[in-house]
Amino acid sequence: MIELRDLQKAFGPNRVLRGVNLTIPRGESMVIIGGSGTGKSVLLKCILGLVTPDAGQILIQGQDAAKADRDAFLARFGMLFQGGALFDSLTVWQNVAFRLLRGAQKRPKAEAREIAIEKLRRVGLKPEVADQFPAELSGGMQKRVGLARAIAAEPEIIFFDEPTTGLDPIMAGVINELIREIVVEMGATAMTITHDMSSVRAIADDVAMLHDGVIQWTGPVTRLDNSGDPYLDQFIHGRAEGPIEAVR
Amino acid sequence: MILTPVAALGRSTLAGLASLGRIALYLLATLRAMLRPPFYFREFAQALWAIGYNSLPVVGLTAFFTGGALALQIYEGGARFNAGQVVPSIVAIGMTRELGPVLGALMVAARVASSIAAEIGTMKVTEQIDALVTLSTDPMRYLTVPRVLAATLAVPALVAVGDSIGIFGGYVVGTGRLDLNAAAYLKNTADYLELWDITSGLIKGAVFGFIVALVGCYFGMNSGRGAQGVGRATKSAVVTASVLILAANYLLTELFFSA
Repeated sequence: MIELRDLQKAFGPNRVLRGVNLTIPRGESMVIIGGSGTGKSVLLKCILGLVTPDAGQILIQGQDAAKADRDAFLARFGMLFQGGALFDSLTVWQNVAFRLLRGAQKRPKAEAREIAIEKLRRVGLKPEVADQFPAELSGGMQKRVGLARAIAAEPEIIFFDEPTTGLDPIMAGVINELIREIVVEMGATAMTITHDMSSVRAIADDVAMLHDGVIQWTGPVTRLDNSGDPYLDQFIHGRAEGPIEAVR
Repeated sequence: MILTPVAALGRSTLAGLASLGRIALYLLATLRAMLRPPFYFREFAQALWAIGYNSLPVVGLTAFFTGGALALQIYEGGARFNAGQVVPSIVAIGMTRELGPVLGALMVAARVASSIAAEIGTMKVTEQIDALVTLSTDPMRYLTVPRVLAATLAVPALVAVGDSIGIFGGYVVGTGRLDLNAAAYLKNTADYLELWDITSGLIKGAVFGFIVALVGCYFGMNSGRGAQGVGRATKSAVVTASVLILAANYLLTELFFSA
């Protein structure tokens, strides 16, 4: 479904991605882990076209993303941003139904609102929230609204950027479960970037570890604890000592 | 050692010119985006309200006091060669041609360029601009085009209101404080004011409005990270918009009035 071939990106002298090769099969949930500043977000933004890679190819169902019609390409994606990235000038339901209120997937207003309320219910929010503004909601609720917006147009591929950052452990667990349920239910292909190991175990079918600009290890989540890879072992156990240099 | 201040001057000149070049490219991108659908009418209407209607008090007050001060100055200055009676015509011409559009636009720059830069800058920092892109919405068409069009239409309207209030300010001071005859004041204003005095000021207003919104959007879209980045973008937007308004005013005056 998603195939990355030798993807490279540098910002000035800083070579963030040094040749990333990765395949995410259709309907699988891939979680990409790695330390802060290892280029996880850059990788995700490259796939979405928010950042242009210097070299390499991104194939979505065998089609080169660089040559595809951009609107049609993006219509297949849903994205949950780290901070929610909800539009503060719009109400919750207008945020959720954003794609349904304009462009190629435009629906009548009443229908779009109905779908938005249905999606809000799916992520555990009451219909009363629909007419509130994002600033009136707690962090956990904003995350849920972001999730509802990501799934509103029934995308084939969903990206989750650090879905549990800033949430308490219980709320993080709730969001992880929700993500898992929704991905399975929709049969969507999912790509999550995180450094929260509880998210990895809850969401992933497959795991890939990004280190030094390349995929250091990739495999099914069941092999996470006996991978035999010293980098992965150090990361998942959070050890300060090991092959990954930690600045003190 | 001696060269240090010169080098600093050179660096800031180069940075200023580079920034002007980037604004020019942004202008071309905006014009291109204007020509392609979709057009976001709701965003346009909201911007029209925020830029036009909400700026009325500040533009009106500025114009009133400017018109009053102008009347006082011209009366005092004109009295030196027995020409105190030129107050009405000079207030009217000065307001419509020059002070109405320039001071009105500078007030709008302070109010609107700052708020546009801060709003779009915050959207950038909180990934809302990225979110727009992932939702198949071009930020240029959704954020920039409506604001630029709204300001280009709203500022001439504000200038027209400002001109009237400014002339009224001159009338209040002229008749109340300087004991000029009210009927003669109005007749004098109407007799000497030409249509081109007014329309040239309105055209200036449209150009200034375009500059204010374009510069606000440009600095917002290119805002740095965090609160400091947004703060810097806001400051740069107001300073750049103000300087560009004054420079454009000179060029337009040269174009319109140098025979």
